[in-house]
Amino acid sequence: MKAAVIVFPGSNCDRDVAVAVERVMGVKPLMLWHRETAVPDLDLIIVPGGFSYGDYLRSGAMAAHSPVMREVKARADAGVRVLGICNGFQILTEAGLLPGALMRNRDLKFICRDVHLTVESTDSDFTRGYRRGQVVRYPVAHHDGNFFADEQTLARIEGEGQVAFRYAHPDGRVDEASNINGSRNNIAGVFNDRRTVLGLMPHPERLIDDHLGGTDGVPMFKSLLEALS
Amino acid sequence: MSQITAEIVAQHGLTQDEYKLVLDIMGREPNLTELGIFSVMWSEHCSYKSSKKWLKTLPTKAPWVICGPGENAGVVDIGEGLAAIFKMESHNHPSFIEPYQGAATGVGGILRDVFTMGARPIANMNALRFGDPSHPKTRHLVAGVVAGIGGYGNCVGVPTIGGETNFHKSYNGNILVNAMTVGIAEADKIFYSAAAGVGNPVVYAGSKTGRDGIHGATMASAEFDEKSEEKRPTVQVGDPFTEKLLIEACLELMATDAIVAIQDMGAAGLTSSSFEMASKGGLGVELELDRVPMRETGMTPYELMLSESQERMLMVLKPGKEDLARSIFEKWELDFAVIGHLTDSGRMVLKWHGEVVGDLPIDPLAMASPEYDRPYEIVRETRGLRANEVPEVPWQDALTTLVGCPDLASRRWIWEQYDHMVMGDTVVRPGGDAGVVRLHGSNRGLAVTTDCTPRYVEADPVEGGRQAVTEAWRNLTAVGARPLAITDNMNFGNPEKPVIMGQFVGACQGMAEACVALEFPVVSGNVSLYNETQGQPIMPTPAIGAIGLIDNLDRMATVPFKAADDVIVVLGETLGERGGGWLAQSLYLREVLGREEGAPPPVDLAHERKVGDYVRALIGAGRVTACHDISDGGLLIALAEMAMGSGIGFDIKTDPGPRHAYLFGEDQGRYIVTVKDGDVADIVAQAEESGVPVRVLGSTGGDAVVVDGVTGPTVAELRRINEAWMPGYMAGEVVEPAGAP
Repeated sequence: MKAAVIVFPGSNCDRDVAVAVERVMGVKPLMLWHRETAVPDLDLIIVPGGFSYGDYLRSGAMAAHSPVMREVKARADAGVRVLGICNGFQILTEAGLLPGALMRNRDLKFICRDVHLTVESTDSDFTRGYRRGQVVRYPVAHHDGNFFADEQTLARIEGEGQVAFRYAHPDGRVDEASNINGSRNNIAGVFNDRRTVLGLMPHPERLIDDHLGGTDGVPMFKSLLEALS
Repeated sequence: MSQITAEIVAQHGLTQDEYKLVLDIMGREPNLTELGIFSVMWSEHCSYKSSKKWLKTLPTKAPWVICGPGENAGVVDIGEGLAAIFKMESHNHPSFIEPYQGAATGVGGILRDVFTMGARPIANMNALRFGDPSHPKTRHLVAGVVAGIGGYGNCVGVPTIGGETNFHKSYNGNILVNAMTVGIAEADKIFYSAAAGVGNPVVYAGSKTGRDGIHGATMASAEFDEKSEEKRPTVQVGDPFTEKLLIEACLELMATDAIVAIQDMGAAGLTSSSFEMASKGGLGVELELDRVPMRETGMTPYELMLSESQERMLMVLKPGKEDLARSIFEKWELDFAVIGHLTDSGRMVLKWHGEVVGDLPIDPLAMASPEYDRPYEIVRETRGLRANEVPEVPWQDALTTLVGCPDLASRRWIWEQYDHMVMGDTVVRPGGDAGVVRLHGSNRGLAVTTDCTPRYVEADPVEGGRQAVTEAWRNLTAVGARPLAITDNMNFGNPEKPVIMGQFVGACQGMAEACVALEFPVVSGNVSLYNETQGQPIMPTPAIGAIGLIDNLDRMATVPFKAADDVIVVLGETLGERGGGWLAQSLYLREVLGREEGAPPPVDLAHERKVGDYVRALIGAGRVTACHDISDGGLLIALAEMAMGSGIGFDIKTDPGPRHAYLFGEDQGRYIVTVKDGDVADIVAQAEESGVPVRVLGSTGGDAVVVDGVTGPTVAELRRINEAWMPGYMAGEVVEPAGAP
């Protein structure tokens, strides 16, 4: 299993996710600088959180056009698994690898806290380690996590089972009160149509050991390891 | 004809006497650039001219101190080859004028002070003071400052793990924004600022220089008046993205052996950084100012020397290392330029396209900066209040008023806007006695706290100074950490007034006593004076930032109760002036009765040490399920906070005597711990043996607060009240704080 973490100027969760990969998957990921164009064979590419290029212009907009992303797009087309977390999710939507867009949070403030999510689909290499409908707790830390898609796109991703996670109450109810940032249909994470690319705003890499307050992030990395080994 | 008129001298904040000294040192009339340099170097902000005499009295040494005050930040040994580097610094004046950028650049500046020394920043904290919530500007300032701190820290990717926020009318015209950063470095790879090696290149790296922030240091050294808002252009604008790149580039360069000395360009920018490096190294420096990367055209030497543009570093490199350094900074897309070299002249020579535009002696200017022994008068309130001088209201009402008052209401609205988990090592998140971050890749942790109780300092500067240091020590102890050292951020009014100067002197005295007694030295700090608007001073606020070490993260304590049926034990003594609890200067007195009077609770340092050491040992032995020190609001508030953190209620019995004094008195040196039933007898016996006052108070359980058999509010109700104030206030739903006078 060969994994890589993309590093943009301004990425700041690159080390965190590399630590999670190494700890849970037992492999040290390659750290790929944004100017890199010669990318080796990989099974998994992670686009980490942070503020790529300062998130100036629009979150993820500039990173989506960086040299390494041309390569990431080509690999994703070839079926390599791609995981985008937080700013990584924003970059993947800007790059057209995932549907929708991430807008400013409904209350216009940065939000950092643990949230509960329902696992909407376990039919992917990312989520197989969870039970369908299971409620997991991941932290969020974002200013632009308000998922938007037009009606037609929304109908398609709902119909095709491309919703991976929704913001929920601890008991699994999904309603407006559990929608922390105004996302359409409480969507916290989506797949591409083949479910080989996942983007999500919450940070699975932040809950991987008990000292950090929980381990709900572990099954995601385990699922990937099992699928890709 | 003289270029430098009396008016120009006054505009530069120099007195006529100081200007005479300038003429002596120069041996001629300075030009405008040179005068500007004197002005910022001798500003209160850079020279500490009013405070130096007293700062020298603070204890700064301990076996674990690697570097005390005088460098960019303090350095302490934390074992296993590592050092913690930390400092707290104020950005008060800019934050009042432009809250977002003022606070953001405050965070940026303190981060640079820490990574300049070779440390990777691992935690941020902040100590904030705002005016009365009903003051028309307060809401706007809170929103801007919090967004600015978050906007900067979140982007840079350093977790903000806690802090403190107070509201009081004395800050109406002069808020306090004190930012603290803690970083970790290898103990044998600390970088200092003393220049060395005649001929070595002086290089500039980071952002380009613009016209922002010119005279920031001078602004921070004067009182505010109604025209202060016109000074908005002197507030710098921060770019956290560039700071993040600068951190990575500097740490990458520091991993090589290219750097001789390094200094960030903070207050007074290029002037103060180049002066300090040369002065500490006993050398001279020649700068070619036309080589400085500039953001705008038409900039003058005067502007280049005084600009406070952010995210800039000055370095002395080993000869021949320029290309290596350049390649690293260019990889991170930062500006880099060789702008001069070191000389043995002891002078600073400034050139502009080959022509000398400034020539100043370094040592006389840096060392001979004025030092004042300002007259002072320490005003101490010594009279406490007897319980019968303070009306008793039903404890249930007092409890609900206090948990919802501005100073005790939940700060969730604030800290949820800060990324407090990035870097993946945050073990204790904001809201507890201290934030805790794990030392990456280990099972050890650093506890970090900030503390000060300004109303105590105002009532009695000596006792208040003592209390501020002790409370920080107690916060670290309460999580099980061994307190190591402090950074002090001394925020006071106009030192030219004897009573204000007395507050400063008294606070230093009290702090020094506590530092000695607790082996808790000052390793870095910052002084912010002239915090007055139209003659109204702030409450004296010596904010203390402190760090402590946890050797084993499996043996630490947090505030929330962990289970029902744990036994609640109080360690330390509740005495009050005449028995029963100290109500003078308490929040009960202020928030419930609308009175601000009397002496603050005294701190018995020997007693503190004994009780704290016992609590820490208990936690280290794994015998404590939860721990919280008793501070603002007294015993019942501490218990309510433990309950609200967990959702578990409690049932206690008070001592005979005035109940309000027992429940809400703010006697110092006390902790609440919860322990397992089977351990109680042993713990009580051990405490008594160690001379630590101990009392079993009751037990955890149920969903409400029960005192002496009477059931009060439920924990859910308390949580609702505690969580409601801040978001309600910020949304404009609450104008007047609940229960306040």
